[in-house]
Amino acid sequence: MDLANFLIQLLNSVQYGLLLFMLAAGLTLIFGIMDVVNLAHGSFYMLGAYLAYSLSGAFDSLLLAILVGTILSVLFGLALERLLFRHFYDRDHLDQVLLTFGLIYIFEELRSILWGDDVHGAKIPDLLSASIPLTETMSYPVYRLFMSGVCIVLAIGLYLLISKTRLGMKIRAGAFNREMTESLGINIKLIHGAVFALGVGLAAIAGMIAAPISSVYPNMGSQVLITCFVVVVIGGIGSVRGALIAALLVGLVDTFGKVLLPQVAGMLVYILMAAVLLWKPEGMFKQ
Amino acid sequence: MAAPKANLETLPRSVQLALMMGLVALAAFPFVSGDYYTEMVTRMMIMAIFAMSLDLLQGVTGLVSLGHAAYFGLAGYALAFLTPESEPVNLWWSLPLAVLASGLAALIVGFFVVRTRGIYFIMVTMAFAQMIYFLFHDNDSLGGSDGLYVNFKPIATLFGWTPFDLDSKVTMYYFTLVLVVAVYAFLRCVLWSPFGRALAGIRVNEHRMRAMGFGTVGYKLTAFTLAGALAGLAGYLTGVQSGYVNPELMGFHMSAHAIMMVILGGMGNFAGAIVGAFAFEYLLHVFKELPQVGSVDLGKHWQLWMGIFIVGLVVLAPRGLLGLFGRLRQSKNAKGDSHE
Repeated sequence: MDLANFLIQLLNSVQYGLLLFMLAAGLTLIFGIMDVVNLAHGSFYMLGAYLAYSLSGAFDSLLLAILVGTILSVLFGLALERLLFRHFYDRDHLDQVLLTFGLIYIFEELRSILWGDDVHGAKIPDLLSASIPLTETMSYPVYRLFMSGVCIVLAIGLYLLISKTRLGMKIRAGAFNREMTESLGINIKLIHGAVFALGVGLAAIAGMIAAPISSVYPNMGSQVLITCFVVVVIGGIGSVRGALIAALLVGLVDTFGKVLLPQVAGMLVYILMAAVLLWKPEGMFKQ
Repeated sequence: MAAPKANLETLPRSVQLALMMGLVALAAFPFVSGDYYTEMVTRMMIMAIFAMSLDLLQGVTGLVSLGHAAYFGLAGYALAFLTPESEPVNLWWSLPLAVLASGLAALIVGFFVVRTRGIYFIMVTMAFAQMIYFLFHDNDSLGGSDGLYVNFKPIATLFGWTPFDLDSKVTMYYFTLVLVVAVYAFLRCVLWSPFGRALAGIRVNEHRMRAMGFGTVGYKLTAFTLAGALAGLAGYLTGVQSGYVNPELMGFHMSAHAIMMVILGGMGNFAGAIVGAFAFEYLLHVFKELPQVGSVDLGKHWQLWMGIFIVGLVVLAPRGLLGLFGRLRQSKNAKGDSHE
C-alpha cells in the first residue's frame, strides 16, 4: 500500500467512523440519559436515507433536502417520544426491547408501502461532485470530505451543547439523578423529549448524508444498528466521548480490514469487540 | 435491570391440568387433521423447544439474550453439513453432534457475554449472533445467503434396526412431541434443582448470590451453554422438517421472535414458553394468511400487523398471557401490580 492509497483509506475510515459516531451518539445518549434501549434507532437512519432520496428528487437539491429532512425527522422523533417512548422510561429493558422491535417491524413495512422494496440512489450535488487529485492516478471525492465535515461540525456542536450550555448541564444532571433534578424544578420530561429528538435527528442526518454514497435499500437500518451496538459496547454506554473514540476505531478496523484481510473483514469489528470485552466488560469509557 | 417476576414458577393445579389436556389433544391431533396442519403443529412444537431453551436464560436467570437464534441455526447447519450428498445421515449420532456444536458455540460466546449485565448483555449477545450470521451469510462455502439443502432426512437406524422413519410427517410429529415433553420435564427438573434455584437467585439479586459464595459467572455460563444446546435441538429439528437451512434461521428477527414467544406465554416456568410459541406461530400464520381487501393484500404486509400486535401487547399486557392470568390471581390476594 503506497502513501496515497493509505491516505485514501485513512480518510475513508475517519469518514465512516464519524458517520457511525452520529448514530452511536444518539443511541448512547438515549440510553445514558433516559435508560431506554432503542433497537429502532437504525430505522431513523433508514428514514433519513429515504427522505434524502425522495426530497432531493422533489427539490432537485440534496442540501435543501437535508435541511427539510432534518426538521421532519426531529418532529417525528418528538411525536414518537410523546406517544410511545415516554411511557417506557420506567419499564424494564425487556419491555423496551419488545416495543422497539415491534417498531422496527412497523417502520420496515411502512417503508415498503411508501417506497417499495427496490434499491434507490441519491444524486451527489454538482457543487460537491468534484474530486481532489492526490497522485496522477488517484483522487479523493469532495463529497466524502463534505460528509466528514458535517459530522465534525455536529460532533463539536454536540460536545459544546452537553458540556458548556445550561441545557447540557440539565441533561447531565438528569442522567445523574432524575428525581433530584426534577425536584430542583427542572422539567425533565421536556429534556427527555429534546434528547430523544436530538438522537433521532442525528441518526436521520447520518442517513441523509450517507444516501448518495451507500445507496438507499431495505434493511439498511438493522445492518447499521448492529455496528452501532458494537461501537456503544466498545465505548461504554452513556459516554459520548467513548462513542467517538470507539466509532473511529471501528471505522479504522473495518476499512483497513476490507483492504488488507478481505476474507475475515466482516468479523474483525466483532473480534475487536470481544477483545475489549475481555479487557473491560463495561466498555472503555463507562460512566 | 429490574428482575422480571416469575409469577408462576410453581404451576397451580389448574394450569397443570390444562397442560395435561393439551398433551392429550396434541397426541390425538394427527388422527383428526391432515398433513398440512400436522406439519404446522410440528413446527409450533419445535418453536416451543426453542422458546423453552430461551426461557432458561430469560425467565429463570434474568438474562435477555437477543442472539439466541445463532445456536438454533448452527445446529441446523450442522445437520446440513453432516448429511452426505446422496444418502441420509444417521439420526443417533448427528443429533447429539449438532446439539453439541450449538452448545460449544454457546460456551465460547458465553465466555465473553456472561460477564456483562442487563442492557450490555442484550447488545453483546446480539452482536455475537450477528457475527455468526454474517459468517454464514457472506461465505459461499458455508451456503451463503441462499443457505443449504438437507437432501435426506436423517435415518433412525440403530444396530441395523430402524424403529421409525422421519420421512413420514406423522412420525416426525410424534418424534417432536416426545422431545417437547422430554425437554419440558428436563427443564422443570433443572428449575427445581439446586442449580436452578441458584439461577433464580441470580435473577433476583446477583450481588447477594455472589456475597453468599456462589460463583455466579460459572452458573450463568452453564445456563447459557445449556440453553444454546437446547436451542440447537430445535434448530436441528427445523433442518429435518424443512429440509433446508438459511442464514435467516440465525438472524436477529428469529432471536426476537423467541423473546416474544416467552413473553407472550409468560416467563420462568417453561409452560408459558410452550403456550407462547404456539400462540406466536399461530398469529404469524393468521397474519400471513390475511385476505386481499380491495387492492390491498393484507397478508403481504404481515410484518405491519405483527409490529402493531407486539407494540400493543407490550403496552397493554407486559407480562404475557400467563402473566395476565397470574396477575388476576394475584390481585385476588390483593397483591396487585406486576411492576416494580
